[in-house]
Amino acid sequence: MTDNIITSLADTSFYKIQRRIALKNCGVIDPENIDEYLAMDGYMALHKVLTEMTPDDVIQVMLDSGLRGRGGAGFPTGLKWKFAKGYDAPQKYVCCNADEGDPGAFMDRSVLEGDPHVVLEAMAIAGYAIGSSQGYIYVRAEYPVAVKRLNIALQQAREYGLFGKNIYGTGFDFDIDIRLGAGAFVCGEETALMTSIEGNRGEPRPRPPFPAEKGLFQSPSILNNVETWANIPQIILNGADWFSSVGTEKSKGTKVFALGGKIRHTGLVEIPMGTPLSTVIDEIGGGVPNGKKFKAAQTGGPSGGCIPASHINVQMDYEHLAEIGSIMGSGGLIVMDEDNCMVDIAKFFLTFTCDESCGKCTPCRIGTKRMLEILDRITSGKGTMEDIDKLEDLAYYIKDNALCGLGQTAPNPVLSTIRFFRDEYEAHINDRHCPAAVCKELFHYVVDPDKCIGCTQCLRNCPPFAITKTDYIAEGHKLPSVKIDNDKCIKCGACIEKCKFDAISKQ
Amino acid sequence: METKKIAFLGTAEQEAELLAAIDDMRNLPGALMPVMQKAQEIYGYLPIEVQEIISDAMDVPIEKIYGIATFYAQFNLEPKGKHQISVCLGTACYVKGSQLIFDEISKQLGIGEGGCTDDRNFSLSSCRCVGACGLAPVMLVDDDVYSQMTPGRVEEVLAKYA
Ligand SMILES: Cc1cc2nc3c(=O)[nH]c(=O)nc-3n(C[C@H](O)[C@H](O)[C@H](O)COP(=O)(O)O)c2cc1C
Ligand code: FES
Repeated sequence: MTDNIITSLADTSFYKIQRRIALKNCGVIDPENIDEYLAMDGYMALHKVLTEMTPDDVIQVMLDSGLRGRGGAGFPTGLKWKFAKGYDAPQKYVCCNADEGDPGAFMDRSVLEGDPHVVLEAMAIAGYAIGSSQGYIYVRAEYPVAVKRLNIALQQAREYGLFGKNIYGTGFDFDIDIRLGAGAFVCGEETALMTSIEGNRGEPRPRPPFPAEKGLFQSPSILNNVETWANIPQIILNGADWFSSVGTEKSKGTKVFALGGKIRHTGLVEIPMGTPLSTVIDEIGGGVPNGKKFKAAQTGGPSGGCIPASHINVQMDYEHLAEIGSIMGSGGLIVMDEDNCMVDIAKFFLTFTCDESCGKCTPCRIGTKRMLEILDRITSGKGTMEDIDKLEDLAYYIKDNALCGLGQTAPNPVLSTIRFFRDEYEAHINDRHCPAAVCKELFHYVVDPDKCIGCTQCLRNCPPFAITKTDYIAEGHKLPSVKIDNDKCIKCGACIEKCKFDAISKQ
Repeated sequence: METKKIAFLGTAEQEAELLAAIDDMRNLPGALMPVMQKAQEIYGYLPIEVQEIISDAMDVPIEKIYGIATFYAQFNLEPKGKHQISVCLGTACYVKGSQLIFDEISKQLGIGEGGCTDDRNFSLSSCRCVGACGLAPVMLVDDDVYSQMTPGRVEEVLAKYA
């Protein structure tokens, strides 16, 4: 609101630049009422496919649209379907990856909770195209609301005759079973996901054979990501040309990002492929808050990389992100400011992948562990310059030799931070100093005696009693200032939080 | 921190409920995971005694069940406290300092990741992204979400459940 004029939501800078295709219905319809989905042309694409198109027509539209997978790898969706259609089998499967494992991303959750029918409809379309009557949705167990809404949606679709036997009276049968994950990141990988649905430890399998030939229950299968599915009914209704007119030459359509971290407006943003990162950060996100400076943006989560300020104009599409050593990933977009330590961030992601490594292949199980030990050394001030080379050697070895995408991409956050923030690694090693004051052993707290008024709020709240009074009384103050004993300090930050006079800082 | 073996207190009703559920699901392709998830819902955790019931009823070797139970983070082999604290250490929360919140809770309760207080009132774990990144840093106590947490607020939050 400015000067008593209320701007429409669509005209705010947060929404103006966005283009909603995958999120079209999210927040617009009641996800628990099928009639509202039907009112938005819901199930019309399925009707069109079943009554007017052959399976080959459907696949051709998908190919022409240029839609590529939104789950990370960016494989052309139409091609995947074409391969699966090419294999003959008594049963084939259509699977939906709703495992959303990138810690810091929630696009798929929003689609599942806000527009569950779109996923069901799209999966039925794929079933018709590849010749399958059975689908599976693998949802992470942390999303109970999504599971509930999917179940309601399925129930309603069955009651309306849009799911189950003889859909729209065309003789086409299709139904879906929902399976819950149980908290294993690797189960987002396609072969591990299928192994998990089969009721096993979710370990990946070597490819080939690819799932299009031998996937779920050893039958030809396709797997697509939730956001990929959410684009499909509109592509069928509006045509391949409509879709491919959005985006860049090789990256068509839009991409949803979960914008988070040190940014004023957090939330989901859907933008045409190729939109510059700076537009997302400054115009949609409103910039970095608290007067801090932008340091980097991270995309692709534990498989991705950091984009430094010098590349802030990079176009957000598959090719350009890969060029600078990051990836599109599933859409996590985390903004970091000067208070984030990039070595610590690399360690954060590697801790994650090391924890989540399923242990089946040695490069990933042991290699990530060795890399983590080196990072631990560096962040505790015991690193050497050779450690950086060792990290790089190990990183390339793991990338080349790991069994699945988890290991193959796990070193990316380390490689990309070494590439763009080598100076921070060097400061940790040579100066035994963490410039962002994050790594606990490499910075300390200091009191500015002239700002300290001697209120002793910090002293009383210091858990290890590391703060004591001095004899110094600053001009204009009545009480003596305090000082911090660095040998006792555990760097919990309680003093900074309590100090109302900005007298304590990290150095 | 070490965990002691806790006596299994399953009831006949719980067992009957589990066996009925197994009968229902038996013919699902890949039924084992859904059955184990149901069992955890009934008992709250999956001690070896429950794994044995499943093994017998479904004619699946116990090693396979144990293998699955230990592979997935969501299956608990130990009981949980009355209130479950979960601190989000996902990326958005982490860059906003959620590790400090975890450390503070850990210090106040004297338990680490996966631990349970002696009075069984609290158990503590970290999780990765609960999909509330806009509210980071986030912690959960049971189903209550506490957003934009600070270490200073930990004591006040825990006191509500003491
Ligand atoms: C370790 C690992 C984790 C993954 N996690 C996910 C995930 O959470 N969600 C997802 O859609 N794809 C994930 N993927 C990608 C899938 O393997 C697969 O490429 C994707 O689901 C295919 O769908 P799409 O072509 O529509 O993107 C992951 C891949 C790897 C290697
Ligand atoms: S990272 Fe904590 S809610 Fe997403």
